[in-house]
Amino acid sequence: MIWFDYYNYWIVIVLMMVGLYLVMARHNLARKVIGLNVFQTSVFVFFISMGAVRDSSAPILAEGITQYANPLTHVLILTAIVVGVSTTSLALALIVRINEEYGSIDEERILLLDGDD
Amino acid sequence: MEHLPVLQVVIPLVLAPFCFVMARHTWLVALAGSVLSLVCSVLLLIQLLAVGTVDYFVGGWPPPWGIELRIDLLGGFVLLLVSLIAALVVTWAHDTVESEIRDDQINLFWCMFLLCLTGSFGIVVTGDVFNVFVFLEITSLSTYTMIALGRDRRALMASFRYLVMGTVGATFILIAVGLLYMMTGTLNMADLAVRLPAIQDTTTVRAAFAFFTVGVSLKIALFPLHQWLPNAYTYAPSAVTVFLAATSTKVSLYVLLRFFFTVFGADYVFGDLHVDYVLLPLSIVAIFVASIIAVYQEDLKRILAYSSVAQIGYMTLGISLANAQGLTAAIVHMFNHGLIKGGLFLAVGGLCLRIGSTRLSDLRGAGRTMPWTMGAIVIGGCALIGVPLTAGFVSKWYLVIAALEKDMWYVAVAIFTASIIAAAYVWRVIEHLYFQQGYAEASTLRSEVPLYMLLPTWLLIAMLIWLGIDTDLTVGIAERAAQSLVAP
Amino acid sequence: MDNNLIVREVANLFLPIIVLFGLYVQFHGDFGPGGGFQAGVIIAVGVILYALVHGLTKTRQLIPLRVIRVLMAVGLLLYAGTGIATLLLGGEFLNYNVLGSDPLTGQHVGILLIELGVGITVAAVMVMIFYAFAGRGRE
Repeated sequence: MIWFDYYNYWIVIVLMMVGLYLVMARHNLARKVIGLNVFQTSVFVFFISMGAVRDSSAPILAEGITQYANPLTHVLILTAIVVGVSTTSLALALIVRINEEYGSIDEERILLLDGDD
Repeated sequence: MEHLPVLQVVIPLVLAPFCFVMARHTWLVALAGSVLSLVCSVLLLIQLLAVGTVDYFVGGWPPPWGIELRIDLLGGFVLLLVSLIAALVVTWAHDTVESEIRDDQINLFWCMFLLCLTGSFGIVVTGDVFNVFVFLEITSLSTYTMIALGRDRRALMASFRYLVMGTVGATFILIAVGLLYMMTGTLNMADLAVRLPAIQDTTTVRAAFAFFTVGVSLKIALFPLHQWLPNAYTYAPSAVTVFLAATSTKVSLYVLLRFFFTVFGADYVFGDLHVDYVLLPLSIVAIFVASIIAVYQEDLKRILAYSSVAQIGYMTLGISLANAQGLTAAIVHMFNHGLIKGGLFLAVGGLCLRIGSTRLSDLRGAGRTMPWTMGAIVIGGCALIGVPLTAGFVSKWYLVIAALEKDMWYVAVAIFTASIIAAAYVWRVIEHLYFQQGYAEASTLRSEVPLYMLLPTWLLIAMLIWLGIDTDLTVGIAERAAQSLVAP
Repeated sequence: MDNNLIVREVANLFLPIIVLFGLYVQFHGDFGPGGGFQAGVIIAVGVILYALVHGLTKTRQLIPLRVIRVLMAVGLLLYAGTGIATLLLGGEFLNYNVLGSDPLTGQHVGILLIELGVGITVAAVMVMIFYAFAGRGRE
């Protein structure tokens, strides 16, 4: 069952596509940000599952344990999560400002309000 | 001296929080940061010209365990461009920032500017692929914020769009980094270069390459992924536009060169995967389409923004020729175009300050009231077209030679034709500035911009002419950098 | 929610535990899982819980915006300052070995300072983001 063995990648691919679809297909800016989050999360899952080792313990030195999961991918993803949090909060802040200026967070409406764009 | 690589990044990083807590005089902090960075990068370049490559082990951990900073001649050259433009922009920007940005946000603006500088330097100095992603995001996040500080409310949407596209691009790069790590177990660029050839025909490495190329193409605004660029340039505060136009796409292009030539290797990218089959047509389309769109724009900033998309096409064209000559041309054009667009947008920023608009219809007759600023635009425009004796001519000349060397005469023809289209949009600007009567002439705000704004502008413009005549500095360094990329 | 007895009491009960756990994660970070980022977020969560229960005004009196701003900068400066200290002591940037009499103590001191810097900044930034969004449109 080679297809099932790589189920983590299937999860990643599904999440990635869902995220990208939301980013591209939605006119509501807040939903776009949610899509972006799902998309980024898929990459986090990708990294974390890549670092997992079957039948291994958490990467803490202890007696009688020889197999450890790779801690490096966790550290990388911690950094990527920080970046993701910053991006999300900045995007939401922008949406709040857009809503204050235009009274709407619908992309089509905003383009309409600006006219000559 | 041996700490220069890390100081380059740390100086703006340490000064940024001071900007954040200080209420006044933040401009001075930013000035100190950018001038110190300039000193750093000049010293580094001198060192690099002597020894070729500089290594630095952060935390004293040697690679592949620790993070390695590694700068070669190409990196030193890009560092010089970024820090030079930054120092000039900060010197120039005191008044425009005060007039365009809310008083209580000025300190935040300079804080963001310094962080953006940190990120740009970080991308160039690091020898670790994950670091590239992190610094790229530092640069991008600070850029989104700075764009959103623009006066026009459309700046908000421009920033949001850039944020969405930029984040997708950066995440693509992150996926590529993940795939590469999965296959090789290392993040160090030099180490990757050693381990990749053995496994380069696997689908995973190909997927990594594809993700990386698309992601970074979004960042360098390669046609047709340039959608975010015109609005971002147009509605951002003037100082941000200058800095963005002159440096941000160049730094991303540096990432492209670094991955294509150092990490994956030219043989794999061009010999195996034939990226040039895609990159070359796209570059030519970019040059033509963007130039033609530029001719029909009504706003000076937009004209220059679309022209930037076209000029990026020239740079990727040079890369896609995949020989030392083409690469030299691309690197020279990267530097020259940074100076050209820097000089032009500095002049346009002056217009913005005095006239309050950059729409061509508002600028009629401004050539007679602001002769020095307009003179800068004329010479900058000439360099953009590629008139001989300006820097723009040198890079296009090398591009044509590189194309002819590969018997691609049609590329040479395309470059000449595109120059004529460039002449058309530059002429349109000049016509409005000098040969039409209008508002700007009659307005009360007819005075020239202050001297300390003219000086940085004309310094860049003078460099354009100097580099157009004496090509030793730019072409000399670029040739050596290109050699080391093609045959490491 | 100040007049909702159960919510208030449960929150008051949990607050010290959350902060304590945050501190544990912070300072245990060099022996086990943990570290500045996680600890910073946990402590910020404590502050946010307080604000949800007792209201933003009261929280901002307790922890004023100015303090948060300074803390954000202090954390970053602590991190960068450690790096500069190692430079001045003759090591590479962030080479903790030079911070103590022997490399092992040096590594301990270094990682503690760095993680403290990260923790302070992250906690301050999280609270700042919350203040910025929650306080929008009130002033």
